Parts: sequence; C-alpha cells; structure tokens
Amino acid sequence: MDIIFNGKPRELKAGTSIQELLDQLRLDCLQVVVEHNQNIIPRQRLAETDLQDGDVLEVIHFVGGG
Amino acid sequence: MQIKVNEQQHTVEADATAGAIRDRIKADADLIIINGFPAAADKVLNNGDQVILIRRGEVPGADELDALLTARHTPGVHKIVKGATIGIAGVGGLGSAVAIALARTGVGHLIIADFDIVEPSNLNRQQYFMDQIGLPKVYALRDTLGRINPHVRVTACHLRLNPSNIGEIFGHAQVLVEAFDLADQKVMLIETFAARFPDRPVVTGSGMAGFGSANTISTHQVARNLYLCGDGKTAAAPGTGLMAPRVGVAAHHQANAVLRLLLGEAPEAERS
Repeated sequence: MDIIFNGKPRELKAGTSIQELLDQLRLDCLQVVVEHNQNIIPRQRLAETDLQDGDVLEVIHFVGGG
Repeated sequence: MQIKVNEQQHTVEADATAGAIRDRIKADADLIIINGFPAAADKVLNNGDQVILIRRGEVPGADELDALLTARHTPGVHKIVKGATIGIAGVGGLGSAVAIALARTGVGHLIIADFDIVEPSNLNRQQYFMDQIGLPKVYALRDTLGRINPHVRVTACHLRLNPSNIGEIFGHAQVLVEAFDLADQKVMLIETFAARFPDRPVVTGSGMAGFGSANTISTHQVARNLYLCGDGKTAAAPGTGLMAPRVGVAAHHQANAVLRLLLGEAPEAERS
C-alpha cells in the first residue's frame, strides 16, 4: 500500500502500524508528535493504529532546549 | 467632522489641525500621535482620525494608560488582542520572552505555568533579574509583567504540568505556547492539549541552541493546528548551549505566530 509520509509517497506492507513504521525509521516515539490524517495520535495509540492505503502521516521530531 | 481624541469621540471643524485640537483638549501635551504615527502640530486632520495626546513624564490614570499603550498599534488590533487568552507552558528562555512580548502587545489574559525557581544561570537568556533569584519563575514574571502593562491579567501557576492538569489549567486558552525545555515534555504537552482541544492551535519551539546564524530560525506549520518556531534541529547540548540571541529570535517568532493567529492570519504565510 502507499501512504504520504512527511509530504512524500512511501510504499509499505499492508497492515503496518504507525509504531512499526517509527521502529523501521528508528524514530523515538517519546520525541516525535505524529499526525495521522490531520489528527494528532497520542503515543499510547501508535501500536494499535494500522496504516491504510492513502493515509497521510506527518511525523514531527523535537529537540531539547527552550 | 468626527475624530477620536484619547479614545473619546469628538466633533470638530473640517480643517482642524492637530495643534488646535491639542490646545483645546489637552494643552499640556507635548506629543501628538495620529493613527499610530507621531505628527506635527500643523498637520490638518481628516474625518475618522484617531488622535492621542501625551505629556511626557506624566503617569497616566488606568484608562488613559490603556489607550496610550496601544497608541502605536494599528487601530483595531488592540480590541482583538485585549480580548484574548493565551496559555504559556513553561516560562524559561522561550516562555518568559513570549510573555513579555505579548504583554507589551496588550494581550488581555496570560496563563503562565512552570514549576521552576529563578537561578543565576537562567539570567544568560531568561527574562529575569538578579533580585528575583530564588523566586518561583511564574511569580517573578507576573511581577515583571505588571510593571510593563498593569492591564494584562496574569494567572500564575507554580506547578509541574502533566497530562492530568494541562486541560484544566489551559481550559480557556485560545492558543497554547509550548515553551518547555525537554523534547519528551514538548511531545507530552502537544499530545495532551491536542487530545483535549483538537481545534485550538499550539505554537511550539524546537531547535534554537548555540550561536549559529539566526537566519535559520523560522515558523512553519507542521500539523493542522501546530506551528513550529526554531531551526528544528539544534538541540541544547554540552558545547551548544542556549544563548539569549537565538532563543529570543525563536521566542519572538512564537509571539508573532500567536499574534497572527489572533488576527486571523496564517502564521507562516506572507500577508498579501
């Protein structure tokens, strides 16, 4: 299936969860905010949210300091 | 014709000059401001002009002070910001500067929250003073804001924000400014606020350490209701500390994004 990931098309295995995608990309879910189809998904739900064909995903990474 | 003088409506002759109006209404004024700009006494007024008359050094009464603080705003902006409630989560390097900028702008109500105490090392970038060391930051900042603009209502919360209190503390905030220090806390705040108030904007800060070019700090919309101010990557780390100039740039990007949101403008877009 294909999703749009941070503005770019990406091919994924059907049934991949958001958490699995983050693991593949080696992203620490504690330091990213995930927006799935225009809604921010809290990290407790990342593993149970499966991606579907045509989904739009934004993963925003944060760094410390402020 | 109709003009406003120190926020009061007046009917005056069609060819009235600024100086003539001053002599009539506040003869001891030594500064005349017309529609947001200082003006000479011989300037002829037009219908609908908004005139402010000031005597330098005079301490104005409460209502007059309110009018004077907004004398340099574009007319109309003040009414909107005065009615606004903005939440600021964390009042360290980012949050203290955002609070001051918004207080100067005339925002009606600021809700500020932070568990921290003013320490000497904070003074390299945070808007605190020597005589405030040892005070809770929220109380020190509330004091400072009162010295700048006594008309800003400040709700100061001296506590650690967490998923169980964020919704209550920022319940009335139209826009939330994320001004924490640690990345995982930034994430926690954004997720918690978005879950509770998915249609309210959050302005977050990320990437502002060191003394690299300030030109790499920008404002970008990163999610439907999330705007990120910073360079997105320069983390605070040994050797790359947080310093007043870049932190201040990021903070003022945040304050400007808040102002644009209140005035119905997209924070990232150019005004056409």
